[in-house]
Amino acid sequence: MIWAGVLVASVACYGLKLAGLSLPQRWLQDTRVQRTVPLIPVALLAALVATQTFSTGQHLVLDVRAAALGVALIAVLLRAPFLVVVVAGAATAALLRLI
Amino acid sequence: MLQTCALSVLMFTGASQFALVGVIGGGGSVWAGAAAAALLGSRNALYGLRLSSLLGVRGRRRVIAAHFVIDETTAMAIARDDPSLSRFAFWATGLALFVLWNIGTLAGALAAHAFSNPRVLGLDAAPPAAFLALLAPRLRAREPLAIALAAAVVAIAVLPFVPAGVPLLIIAVLVSIYGVLRTTR
Repeated sequence: MIWAGVLVASVACYGLKLAGLSLPQRWLQDTRVQRTVPLIPVALLAALVATQTFSTGQHLVLDVRAAALGVALIAVLLRAPFLVVVVAGAATAALLRLI
Repeated sequence: MLQTCALSVLMFTGASQFALVGVIGGGGSVWAGAAAAALLGSRNALYGLRLSSLLGVRGRRRVIAAHFVIDETTAMAIARDDPSLSRFAFWATGLALFVLWNIGTLAGALAAHAFSNPRVLGLDAAPPAAFLALLAPRLRAREPLAIALAAAVVAIAVLPFVPAGVPLLIIAVLVSIYGVLRTTR
């Protein structure tokens, strides 16, 4: 079942890339498409940050992940590279669980 | 583990891969995860649009080039003034990233496989940090910042009432409606 999802999502992602290279330019140059599509990753990534930090399954929870996100946010504001941000978040959660 | 590696080979667009894994890992359905991944991949179509005149690829080369249409290759290609340099930047960045990304994925999958409880390493806190790092460069203006905050609040608000993964789809629909309405006005 997971394999099916992996394959379908991969094909969809590849299809979108190929479509960008192949579709008639004016289709995607429509201002509504041009101005809306870049907003989708912004909203989805923000939603992912929120749900992955403050929930387990369908339950809202406040745990060490919130502190980890705070540290990751500081790293982002300091313009730390991607891996440093990720490691800072994970390390914070690991340390707080040790205490 | 094989599935993680397959994602890097076949999907090769980081945010979508993380989203799929995140939704499934959070107890969501495989299809909600796949939909979120595809929605996050939609921006690659716009990258393709900008690249198509720059790269001038046809036939078999286009089929291969398409796989490399991602954030990094687009940024590298459009930053050049000379079209031949653009093409070189695109292919060089694409190939290098593809190789490194897949080596990194394999190493990560092997390492994670070796630990029985990923929570001890704080690995459950890694995805939100990764999403935040991917999000940050997109928030340089006031509007995306407001959208990001609103999306986070709405996602949390609807989360207890719908199956895992579905908040993302609700957010995608809402932001699309907002985007279209705003431009039409």
